[in-house]
Amino acid sequence: MTNEPAMSADPFQGERPRHTHFHERQAALNVREAWSAWNGFRFADYYYDPEYEYFCIRNFCGTYDICPMQKYYISGPDAAAMLDRMVTRDIKKLNVNRVTYCVWCTDEGRIVDDGTIFRISEDTYMLTCGSPSVSWLRKSAIGFDDVTITDMTDEIAGLSLQGPTSYSTLKAMGLEGLETLKPFGIMRFPFNGVELMVSRTGFTGDLGYELWIDPSQALAMWDALYAAGKDFGIHPYGETATDMARLEAGFIMPDMELSESLKTIHFEHDQSPFELNLGWLVDFKKPHFNGRRALLEERERGPKWTLVKLDIPGNKVAEGAIMYDTEDCDNEIGYVTSAMWSPSVKANIALAMIKTPALKGDIWAEIYYQKELRYYRKMALCEVKDKPFWMPARTRQTPPEVYS
Amino acid sequence: MKRYDAVIIGAGHNGLTNAAYLAKAGLDVMVVEKNDYIGGAAVTREMHEGWFYSSCSYVCSMMRQAIHRDLDLAKHGLLLVPYLGTVAFGDRGETLIEYTDEEASYNELKKHSPHDADAMHRFQADLGRYAQLIRKTLLRTPPDPSSFKPRDIKELLWLAKEFYALGERELYEYVRFFTMSAAEFLEDYFENDLVKAAMASPGIIGTALGVYSPGSAYVLLHHVMGDVDGNVGAWGLARGGMGAISNALCSAMKAHGGELRTGSGVQQILVKGGKAVGVALENGDEIYADIVVSNLDARRTFTKVMDKNDLPDGIYERAENFKIRGSSGKVNIALSGMPKFNNVPDNPYINRGGQGFVGSLETMERAYDCWKRGTWSDDPFIESVIPSAWDPTVAPAGKHWMSNFIQYCPPKLADGEWTPEKRDAFGQTVIDKIERFSPGFKDLIVHMEVRTPHEIENEIGLTEGNIFQGELTIDQLLFNRPFPGYGQYRMPVKNMYMCGSSTHPGGGVSSACGANAAREILLDLKRPNTVPEDDCYDE
Ligand SMILES: Cc1cc2nc3c(=O)[nH]c(=O)nc-3n(C[C@H](O)[C@H](O)[C@H](O)COP(=O)(O)OP(=O)(O)OC[C@H]3O[C@@H](n4cnc5c(N)ncnc54)[C@H](O)[C@@H]3O)c2cc1C
Repeated sequence: MTNEPAMSADPFQGERPRHTHFHERQAALNVREAWSAWNGFRFADYYYDPEYEYFCIRNFCGTYDICPMQKYYISGPDAAAMLDRMVTRDIKKLNVNRVTYCVWCTDEGRIVDDGTIFRISEDTYMLTCGSPSVSWLRKSAIGFDDVTITDMTDEIAGLSLQGPTSYSTLKAMGLEGLETLKPFGIMRFPFNGVELMVSRTGFTGDLGYELWIDPSQALAMWDALYAAGKDFGIHPYGETATDMARLEAGFIMPDMELSESLKTIHFEHDQSPFELNLGWLVDFKKPHFNGRRALLEERERGPKWTLVKLDIPGNKVAEGAIMYDTEDCDNEIGYVTSAMWSPSVKANIALAMIKTPALKGDIWAEIYYQKELRYYRKMALCEVKDKPFWMPARTRQTPPEVYS
Repeated sequence: MKRYDAVIIGAGHNGLTNAAYLAKAGLDVMVVEKNDYIGGAAVTREMHEGWFYSSCSYVCSMMRQAIHRDLDLAKHGLLLVPYLGTVAFGDRGETLIEYTDEEASYNELKKHSPHDADAMHRFQADLGRYAQLIRKTLLRTPPDPSSFKPRDIKELLWLAKEFYALGERELYEYVRFFTMSAAEFLEDYFENDLVKAAMASPGIIGTALGVYSPGSAYVLLHHVMGDVDGNVGAWGLARGGMGAISNALCSAMKAHGGELRTGSGVQQILVKGGKAVGVALENGDEIYADIVVSNLDARRTFTKVMDKNDLPDGIYERAENFKIRGSSGKVNIALSGMPKFNNVPDNPYINRGGQGFVGSLETMERAYDCWKRGTWSDDPFIESVIPSAWDPTVAPAGKHWMSNFIQYCPPKLADGEWTPEKRDAFGQTVIDKIERFSPGFKDLIVHMEVRTPHEIENEIGLTEGNIFQGELTIDQLLFNRPFPGYGQYRMPVKNMYMCGSSTHPGGGVSSACGANAAREILLDLKRPNTVPEDDCYDE
């Protein structure tokens, strides 16, 4: 037994979440020790104050660790054809150095996951998504001879930089030419002997970028970024602030609006793109793709459910509310998926799944709220909104506004 | 010549709110402002290249959320950012830090006094209870207690019901509270001098009362009854400075078809046959309208832009006697870097909320004694904020601007009028004091704007520079504001209304006065009400 390697001093080693490439810096800044986990990585809920961090996204800029997000290289002469067959959007239209948001479905037209595809060279694509997808990608590659799938999750350090001063921060970091980068574009810059890839993408509805770099330079990039952003209010933000910002922007969140089809037990408790109001991502002009036939049928008869954006009177957050067609709760017509008080718009907002036919009538939310331990119930007549609650012009403006 | 449905005198934030609601209801409105810029005391101005000062008001908490939401002010560019982390400095340089985190704040208080750390909960609960009642009245027109109109009786009953809901003991406490001094009120809770001073500071801001003067307890409440996103007592900053609020209101008003005319003030409200019919401007132009609304304070409205002969007996005298004493100064400073303060941890969160150079109750009272004698203290009470720590739009990157609000500063000096020299000497005492707590502070100064009541009155027409457009004492609150019998925005001349902070619920950037006045005007015009009534929802 003496030849056995010594057991780790920490008996919980195997249970502790892994650290991301930016952990060292982020741990130092997590004054509140507010951690959760994502895909096996330790991940911040918030660092100091969730609302403060939310306002960094709307007022200054903030960084969000996207190392735990899954990243795959799909490369080779058949890469485009394989992706085109897998996702509902037309990937052949995606030019080099452009990014597109998409969903992919089962044969039944139910969503497996959503994510973004980066065309990083002629026949190399990077797919990023919330959940590990190796097995689905391999299945999707069956029948394509010349395509290679590589899990790059650990090989690329990703950091999202979002907020109105994000552009000024990156300029101060010395990224020449960034002013021409349009939304969903990609640019590359030399950094410490490696390549720093910058895409104008994000999940906040605000001006923002995502930075992709070799892990060896992750901390150096962090330091350079934070030095440049010092006068522009740079601050890390976690899951709580992200969730607030994305809801204001009307973006769906896995496990809130989306129950991944492959992980769903109950019949049709997963969603189709039409149900999530993502019909614009489905391109029937292209030939066969996963779920095409089912989706065509669904388009004909209309989705059973529809995700809507709601403006709710009062300030009682409708979290978990059940929706009815009348104030007296005659018929149940749906449920709230996410809800919050929006500090920027000063409105009580929510996303809700409503049975499509019921959209013609009134939508009442049955809201429970608490006041000094006592529970109260109220009914609120909701208003359906077409536009995102928050999507300022600066999100798309090129070149972006300069702070100096 | 075009005849408007309504002309609003003054583009203060309340005048703009009033005009926005009237325009939204379909009226043809015109706002006339004497200055080339709008906003009155809610204004942002570039006073030094690259530095944008909120020249008067500097922080926001009273702004009615319902109005922000209803007029879609976010779309018109308004973003209110709550701030955190405030430090109070005592006479001997000792500090009391208010952290964002409750647990941390408790630990900090406990270092000063375990008793006070504990009592703070009771203090907050009591204040919260008082605040809750007042908050409910903000977007409501006060009832006229002498009227038998069903509407007034209904409103009086509502008010009575709200009061009785406090319970018998609290009811007595509340009535007592209105006539108490801030110091008296606080003695019941706290033992530590710095804790008392820090908690007392909202009781003297803007008022010509001292911490020991009856009535200052209400002023304290007035400053903590606001909220940011429902967090009662929290304060925030408007991105782009306080002018962003006025600009958003103006943009909303214009989107509804309202018009604005700047650069020439109203000389006189035109009255014919006992009815207001329009205004005559200083440049000789005349604007006719069916309704005239004044955003000016009560003293200025009745004694400066109206003819005494157009007024019923006694009104002129009431306006003359309206309590509107100036008591505050403001020093806006451009800084080349972020100042560091003694006894304050050097982390990016603390000091962002602000600095209260509160000293002690005694120091505050001594400063008040100076005011009574017509001079200023060399150890004044200063409430400071560094908005550029929060807002990337108000100073060049890496540079800062600091807002300093000073209590007290007399409108007239014992030794005669204000002069530029005396003004600068007053400013000097302010930076001398800050330097005591922040060695090297003076070396950071790039530009400085010193404002005494004299400057404030001359620029935006707040009589004596009184920040609330009239003292917030019980004789001038609720249905007594501005005068008993005129608490419902209608003035003694037919077709004439008031909508500024001289009306209920008083001073502060709240938009409530302007909105309430619009509601009354629409009622008189027999139009449907489009002004939100309830801001605290079902709290
Ligand atoms: C130094 C200072 C600091 C303050 N700090 C705060 C703070 O931090 N937070 C807060 O909530 N409140 C604060 N206040 C109070 C608050 O700013 C005021 O109560 C509020 O802005 C008043 O708004 P108003 O629209 O009622 O009137 P005003 O802002 O007084 O508007 C009146 C308008 O009428 C115009 N006018 C005057 N005469 C004429 C004329 N003859 N013809 C045409 N136009 C005319 C003026 O130029 C002005 O634009 C502060 C005030 C001051 C002075």
